[in-house]
Amino acid sequence: MLRLSEIHTSYGHIKALKGIDIEVMKGEIVCLIGSNGAGKSTALMTISGVLKPDCGKIEFNGQQIEGMDPHEIVGLGLSQVPEGRRIFPRLSVLENLEMGAFMNNSGLKEKIKHIFSLFPVLHERSNQPSGTLSGGEQQMLAIGRSLMANPKMLLLDEPSLGLAPIMVSKIFKTIKELNIEGCTILLVEQNARAALRLAHRAYVLESGIVKLHGTGEELLHNEGVRKAYLGE
Amino acid sequence: MLLQQLINGLTVGCVYAVIALGYTMVYGILEFINFAHGEIYMLGAYFGIIFLALFTSSGLAASNFPLAFALTVLLTILFCSAYGFTIEKIAYRPLRKAPRLSPLISAIGISIFLQNYVMITQGATDKVFPQKFGDASFNFLGASATSLQLIIIFASGLMMLGLHLFIRKTRTGKAMRATAQDMTMASLVGINVDRIISVTFIIGAGLAAAAGVMVAAYYGLVNYSIGYVAGIKAFTAAVLGGIGNIPGAMLGGVVLGLIESLGSAYVSAEYKDVYAFIILLIILLIKPSGLLGTSVEEKV
Repeated sequence: MLRLSEIHTSYGHIKALKGIDIEVMKGEIVCLIGSNGAGKSTALMTISGVLKPDCGKIEFNGQQIEGMDPHEIVGLGLSQVPEGRRIFPRLSVLENLEMGAFMNNSGLKEKIKHIFSLFPVLHERSNQPSGTLSGGEQQMLAIGRSLMANPKMLLLDEPSLGLAPIMVSKIFKTIKELNIEGCTILLVEQNARAALRLAHRAYVLESGIVKLHGTGEELLHNEGVRKAYLGE
Repeated sequence: MLLQQLINGLTVGCVYAVIALGYTMVYGILEFINFAHGEIYMLGAYFGIIFLALFTSSGLAASNFPLAFALTVLLTILFCSAYGFTIEKIAYRPLRKAPRLSPLISAIGISIFLQNYVMITQGATDKVFPQKFGDASFNFLGASATSLQLIIIFASGLMMLGLHLFIRKTRTGKAMRATAQDMTMASLVGINVDRIISVTFIIGAGLAAAAGVMVAAYYGLVNYSIGYVAGIKAFTAAVLGGIGNIPGAMLGGVVLGLIESLGSAYVSAEYKDVYAFIILLIILLIKPSGLLGTSVEEKV
């Protein structure tokens, strides 16, 4: 469904991605792990069109998308929940959700109802400025907002970052449910253990290159991964 | 006397407020002061004269002056919006990713260009805006307001209300607020950020244009350099209210107009233009975020 081939991306003179190949099949949860600065978020921002790759190809559903603008890529059904949630703090919860459906405004009421049934706490706070929500609530809003675009595929960047353990398991449960409902997922996570358990396949990124890849199970038992990312 | 000064101050203040909105909206999204904004106001004044002259020669101004004036304002808004759109596209958009100083310098360049362009095509001397509103005035409590003053206050209020509703209620307005809060994220939810920025410049220029025609009618004289002082004052109004804050720009404009008018009446009229700069200094020293420049606390 999504294929990156030989993607190079740089910030000025600093090369952040040095030729990565990643493939995500329809219906999969694929996880991207790696330490800080390995290029995980850069990879997602490149896929979403916020960063332009220096060279390489990105294919989504058989269509070349590198060089497209971010809003066009959202229009193709590829949405991202970026790191740090980035909800619009001075827009209300409801307005944040409306913005999520900016490309596809049809059936707005039903879609909002669906999000509220996924995350009832957002319903209670629907008219509150979303900057006043707790971290976990903001993460739910960020995921809810991305679902408003009816994405075929979702890129999630560190959805568990800074959340209480109970929130983390709720978010992971939600990701699994979304996947079962048919949404393909590319997940970037620091919480490697939980992510590898959830993922069908995973890639290990190190200094801008793909160091390893395999099924979640394989990587959970890989010696190097256990030492470097699972703290054993 | 006091009431009279308040009416005069409110009239000018409304104009400052309408111009200030353009500064503050652009700043809110791009964090950049569009120093060419005052020139759009100046262009508005000139387009006002040109269109009114057209309607005068076609006879419409003689038979139905209110209609001719309304059409003049509308056409002026249309033309100046096209200028605003074009300026953003050719002078600012290519510099979107450049260091912050570059678009600022580009704006100053556009400002100098527009002044000289108008000076060359329209002449360096003052142009007269035909005074056709007459001396009809409305008296109450010993003060009087001319019909033009009432039109300016009413039209400005209407434009500000319209903008407020647009920003709060419409999809595009909400997208403008979202873009101002986080531009990258706005693009990631599918908002065409370039289009939103264009809309911002079009609205800002349209407002400045309307202000330009109204002031030209109010003072009666137009010159290629009027954009500079008006621009600086509207910028002061935007800073006074809290730059980037739309209700703040409205409040700042009105407060500035009232202070200028009261200062001229009770302190000294010779320092009329100085009050704005004194206020700018005081605000920058005491409360740089402006009167309404407090934001909702954001959790990280």
